[in-house]
Amino acid sequence: MVTLTVNGREQRFDGNPEMPLLWYLRDVLGLTGAKYGCGMALCGVCTIHLDGVAMRACVTPVAAAEGRQVTTIEGLSPDASHPVQQAWTELNVAQCGYCQCGQIMQAASLLKDKPKPTDADIDAAMVGNLCRCGTYTRIRAAIHLAVEKSGGGA
Amino acid sequence: MMPDGLDGPRGAAAAPAEAHDADAQPIVNVSRRAFLLGLGAGALVLAVAPALAADPPRRYGGDGMPGGLKDDPRLFVAIAADGTVTILNHRAEMGQGVRTSVPMIIADELEADWARVQVRQAPGDETKYGNQNTDGSRSIRHNFEPLRRAGAAARQMLIAAAAASWKVPAAEIVAEQHVLTHAGSGRRAGYGEFAAAAAALPVPSGEALKLKQPAQFRYIGKGRIGGIDNRDIVSGKAQYGIDTRVPGMVYAVVARPPVYGGRVKRHDAAAALKVPGVLKVLPLDGAPIPSAFFPLGGVAVVAENTWAAIEGRKALQIEWDHGPNAGYDSQRYRAALETASRAEGQLVYERGATYAELAKAERKIAVEYYVPHLAHAPMEPPAAVVRADADGAEAWACVQAPQATRALLAGLLKLPEERVTIHQTLLGGGFGRKSKPDFVAEAAVLSRALDGKPVKLTWTREDDIVNDYFHTVSLERIEAAVDAAGKPLAWLHRSAAPSIASLFGPDPKHQRDFELGQGLTDLATAVPHYRVENPEAPAHTRIGWFRSVYNIPHAFATQSAVAELAHAAGRDPKDFLLDFIGPARTIDPVSMKTPNYGEDPARYPLDAGRLRRVAEVAAQGAGWGRTLPRGKGLGIAAHRSFVSYVAVVVEVEVGDDGTLSIPRVDIAVDCGPQVNPERVRSQMEGAVIQGLGLAATGEIRFAEGRAVQSNFHDYLLPRIDAAPRAIHVHAVGADDYARPLGGVGEPGLPPVAPALTNAIFAATGQRIRSLPIGRQLAGWRDAGKADG
Repeated sequence: MVTLTVNGREQRFDGNPEMPLLWYLRDVLGLTGAKYGCGMALCGVCTIHLDGVAMRACVTPVAAAEGRQVTTIEGLSPDASHPVQQAWTELNVAQCGYCQCGQIMQAASLLKDKPKPTDADIDAAMVGNLCRCGTYTRIRAAIHLAVEKSGGGA
Repeated sequence: MMPDGLDGPRGAAAAPAEAHDADAQPIVNVSRRAFLLGLGAGALVLAVAPALAADPPRRYGGDGMPGGLKDDPRLFVAIAADGTVTILNHRAEMGQGVRTSVPMIIADELEADWARVQVRQAPGDETKYGNQNTDGSRSIRHNFEPLRRAGAAARQMLIAAAAASWKVPAAEIVAEQHVLTHAGSGRRAGYGEFAAAAAALPVPSGEALKLKQPAQFRYIGKGRIGGIDNRDIVSGKAQYGIDTRVPGMVYAVVARPPVYGGRVKRHDAAAALKVPGVLKVLPLDGAPIPSAFFPLGGVAVVAENTWAAIEGRKALQIEWDHGPNAGYDSQRYRAALETASRAEGQLVYERGATYAELAKAERKIAVEYYVPHLAHAPMEPPAAVVRADADGAEAWACVQAPQATRALLAGLLKLPEERVTIHQTLLGGGFGRKSKPDFVAEAAVLSRALDGKPVKLTWTREDDIVNDYFHTVSLERIEAAVDAAGKPLAWLHRSAAPSIASLFGPDPKHQRDFELGQGLTDLATAVPHYRVENPEAPAHTRIGWFRSVYNIPHAFATQSAVAELAHAAGRDPKDFLLDFIGPARTIDPVSMKTPNYGEDPARYPLDAGRLRRVAEVAAQGAGWGRTLPRGKGLGIAAHRSFVSYVAVVVEVEVGDDGTLSIPRVDIAVDCGPQVNPERVRSQMEGAVIQGLGLAATGEIRFAEGRAVQSNFHDYLLPRIDAAPRAIHVHAVGADDYARPLGGVGEPGLPPVAPALTNAIFAATGQRIRSLPIGRQLAGWRDAGKADG
């Protein structure tokens, strides 16, 4: 039995604790915001927060979340009001949108660490998140906009 | 598109006929009855309809597509009593923004308040909604006019209903932003008030239908409306095919033959069945070569969740018969294409006396370019949920062609189409992969085998890459010469690439007209002696259309060779490119027998002036001609595809170790009037990044019949650190409504790779002729010294 908190709610899982968190979230809890893309932590579309830090859910066993806080895109804000979500909407970052939940979770984690990142910081933090549509220049711009929306990094 | 006089099938067999372009050689399943017998060997009978090369189609554009175009407002618009306007979008959303752009067209003519518009997605039903096959950069190009008519008709019906009620002339009523007003009497009403009455009125058409003047557009061309799904996307609510959840569903993955044409010799499911959560292991029938949209076969593992299915599959023991393609090897195949292209090939087109002029010329080049197979790798891999029992089927799927999916399922399940419902989800990227609904067929067959239990079938990334419908592989040989004045004189282009037609019928071993018409027979060039040949290139894997399709290798070769010939002539590449295009003029596509993307040659000629203009705008935007230090350079390329014109200037910086960085890209696009300039811009940005990526690292190699690459560790896609620091999109002719619309989704891609390699040459003196660039530039500074 694994006990963990997902988006503020306690959950108990008595299945195989080796199951990657991604499939637990998607198939067992029905939270489909974290996506499947590679299964090998190569693309970042499954990015979630574990105790506030960006992690790849596709290679993180449920057991690793024992007693910890899991936040998915569904729990990032109640109403898409996180500055990163607002910036993404305002700049029309998404094309197909499939990778963007992972991008947003990664960016939100970055801004916690570095409230005012440079382009180089952004590239370094976001390099693990693939986007096949090619929205990277807008992702950079949106992260800078999110900084402004958060009060200039203050 | 079906030629006149041939019975156009609307059954399962219709799928192959809807190949990427309306002008694709029609390929017809002549025996639906045979097909209905199922998937057993020989059941799939495909035949090639007579070629019509000399006989241009009589119906063009959307009118020539299966299902045609619809403009009936009652199909697309519903207005509730509270005034809420619901607009139906009948095209697939895969990032190109069509769920925003289609409703925007209708809402503009309807004078609806965008804040009160909701968008609903149509199921797959081309008889009802008209053509829904979302590829070929056609959605807005074909639907702009009919959707305007639908919106305008709905507006007039509301006005007519108000006029009847208020007993005033319709001409005195103004419809503006959801409100009907009669100034003379001071009456006002919301759209909801007259919705029911309007719905009962006849639909105006012909001269009675009053479209807006472009100056009156409120949303079209303004770029002020954000993506309709933005909020759902950023909050994780957007539903892609892989996100579908249906009560009682089970989860499946399939072990497929790794080699095209292979099959299972024997399998042992014992260990797989012991994996916790695995429910069943089922053999899955596959179609023989050519497999079209049918499953490849293999062994399916059905489980309680996706992970258990994947773990179960790992435990399967399968012995494969790899079949006739077991020897496919990229290195040997490339050598065969090189050999083929060094001898005279099948003649496609000629004007002048190319061979004689090349023989006489003093300044000439003879060069060969290679572009490897590519995998689409949409971030959402193929995935679908299907519930299929004896009475009917229901699918939720991320497909570009819902009607082809419906027809395929109806045929496989032996159901009338009316009993097959395709719910169109969002697509997490398409790029042509999701035009092929083989994965939905797999789920359908499994659900039927499980007595109608809904099945979610997921392709893992390895499945997606190893069993893709690959972009073709190509060897392009160009021999070209300049005259005494340094102007282009003669041009011989031999293009050897396996054809997509090999997927649907006997391998033609040569590109078909619709493939040659992507950058070879539609070239707007002033070269007086121009000859195109098409050497043999057999297919050894599933070849499918990939964004921009044959334009990728054709434009890479042509636009590289233009720069190479400029260098040989001692000319500036941009000036020489303009000479290659020649003076502003239009060329009749019929004179080159090019299919012209199915479009009317009179409305869509090959316009050298527009091609020149985008080249000039991109060059000007980039500051062409500025002096850059060694290691930095500018490169230019221009190309017409999908009846739009795009030019790209790349600025590159090549590090001492050969690594590339891109400070800036300028891309100029003339796609005619732009309905949604915001989305045109993002499509161009995306094309730039995808194009730079495929040039830098894109490659699928084959060894022992199977794809060598399998996931993102060895199939390298561009990441954020490879993206340009800035992409400047220059719109040309964006509000010129006198012109017909061009495509947007694909035309940005073809000129990107050659603009990059031309920039690399300017920076380093190294000419990249073989993609991907990979590590070819390591040590370029030393190589440069050795060359003197």
